[in-house]
Amino acid sequence: MQPAGGRPVNSGASGEEAAARAKRRQGVLLASPGALYLLIFFVVPLVLISVYSFATRTSTGRTALSGWNLESYRDIGDNVILGIIGRSAWLATLTTVLCIAVGYPFAYYLATRPRHVRAVLLVLVMIPFWTNGLVRVFAIRFLLGSNGPASALSESLGLGTFRILFTPTAVTIGMVYGFLTLMVLPLYVALERMDWSLTEAARDLYASGSKAFWKVTLPLTKSGIVAGSVLVFVPSFGSYVVPDILGGAKTLLIGSYIASQFRDARNYPLGAALSVLLILAMLLAVALNQRSGSGAEGGGRPRLRRRGRAGGEAETVTAAAS
Amino acid sequence: MTGIAETGLGQRTRRWLAAWAWVVFAFLYVPIFVLVIFSFNASARVNIWGGFSFQWYGEALSNDVITSAIRVSLIVAAVSTAVSVVLGTAVALALDRYRFRGRRALDGTIYLPIVIPDITMAVMLLVFFAEAFKLIDSFGPRYTLGISTIAVSHIAFNISFVCVVVRARLDQFDRTLEEAARDLYATGWQTFRRVTLPLIMPGIAAGGLLALTLSLDDVVISAFVAGPGSTTLPVYVFSSIRRGVTPELNAISTLMLAASITLVLASLALQRRRASASQRA
Repeated sequence: MQPAGGRPVNSGASGEEAAARAKRRQGVLLASPGALYLLIFFVVPLVLISVYSFATRTSTGRTALSGWNLESYRDIGDNVILGIIGRSAWLATLTTVLCIAVGYPFAYYLATRPRHVRAVLLVLVMIPFWTNGLVRVFAIRFLLGSNGPASALSESLGLGTFRILFTPTAVTIGMVYGFLTLMVLPLYVALERMDWSLTEAARDLYASGSKAFWKVTLPLTKSGIVAGSVLVFVPSFGSYVVPDILGGAKTLLIGSYIASQFRDARNYPLGAALSVLLILAMLLAVALNQRSGSGAEGGGRPRLRRRGRAGGEAETVTAAAS
Repeated sequence: MTGIAETGLGQRTRRWLAAWAWVVFAFLYVPIFVLVIFSFNASARVNIWGGFSFQWYGEALSNDVITSAIRVSLIVAAVSTAVSVVLGTAVALALDRYRFRGRRALDGTIYLPIVIPDITMAVMLLVFFAEAFKLIDSFGPRYTLGISTIAVSHIAFNISFVCVVVRARLDQFDRTLEEAARDLYATGWQTFRRVTLPLIMPGIAAGGLLALTLSLDDVVISAFVAGPGSTTLPVYVFSSIRRGVTPELNAISTLMLAASITLVLASLALQRRRASASQRA
């Protein structure tokens, strides 16, 4: 690709140097529109929210960008807010563990099918993965509703109606339903690349089937478990839509709490401080994953360039936000 | 789940695994199927089957609020996809091929919109637009939240997704093909147009489909940056669900589902073409 200006004229410097300079300029030209966009509409908002977290909330619910203080961060120490953070962390952990428990045997089954069957089954996994997330949460809401089909079914079976909607259980079901595929895909990738002759060797050396699994298969697929856990934990912890639709007032999570600070409560600084905290927590989770990921791969490779095995992972990561 | 190993997998364990797999598939699909079936329910009561009918589709599509939301969603999706495909691909190329000042910073920042939770991105942009409008208003023109702020926000996260997908494609790229073109006296532009672009096209298309899907899916960010009178379809559905489940919502959801599935099938077809292309290579 040539920059619009054409080749630079050889102005004293050696031709090679000029070429190197031209190439650098091409890179900047290519990158700058996107980088500028990101700077204005992502980096500036990010800085702004951090600035807001140190601002003052006036008595009318407006935000005064003066009198900088740590009040909002101190407010986070409040028991109510700590309770919300704790509940969010607990539900996200529960969701992650359930996704591993449900997803691992499932991914194992998928990965050990013959090639042509595997392709079909993988499509069946990908469809819900790409399906509109809101619609899927709504489907659970509809199914579990007190006058919904599940309740009608249990009533007609003489089991009575059940009230599960607007409880933490409903939120957990919704999150597992929403994020399970994010766990299954990295697990599948890890299991599919598994060298089964190693398990075979363990068996030949008289390891029992279960011992071979716990000592060989599971450790070798650890990278998939870690990657899947991050992909599930991150959106569960910050989830807003799922608890809003399936949870009641008793299941207030940090995502909904942040939202309410910007809507009804109009305490922008507190909402901003919680957002900053949430972002830092997510970055930490991702950094830990990268470290353990590169560790499992033998370390030496640079961090962001380890996309050899990550063709699938990149696509998995891209789905994380959906 | 004990005793699994590829060799000597116990008969019983194998049966349990297969049964479990179908339970999980049922878990993934039953709620969706139930939703779709009940969208054709003639009865206005959501739990009683009253015969087959298209009634709710008719009512949904004759509701002005819904049709306007559909229009907003489609415009935003089209604009944000087009812009983010161009910008994201350019960034991916720059990061993959060139060394320049600020490259590392860009490389790190580009992943952030993917990682941070929707709700924080939403409040960030809300605060940003509030401050930006205050600034602009002091110069005269008055801007408010609306379709353009939704589109601007969607581009902000879609650039990153397109960039990641295109870069994955560039990673598998055979550089010798470009060198060959250069050796045959192709100019830089010719090489790009005739060699590089066709080779990374599947990646660009996949990135575009992902951007389209994410834009049509997004509810949290749109909900915060949408103005009065200009909401997207997911935002409309989201706020309606809070008021209660109606058969009309089932119909709209089914339509959204159909759109998602069309996009999945398109991306799968694309992958198949990509796979056969790389086999030829």
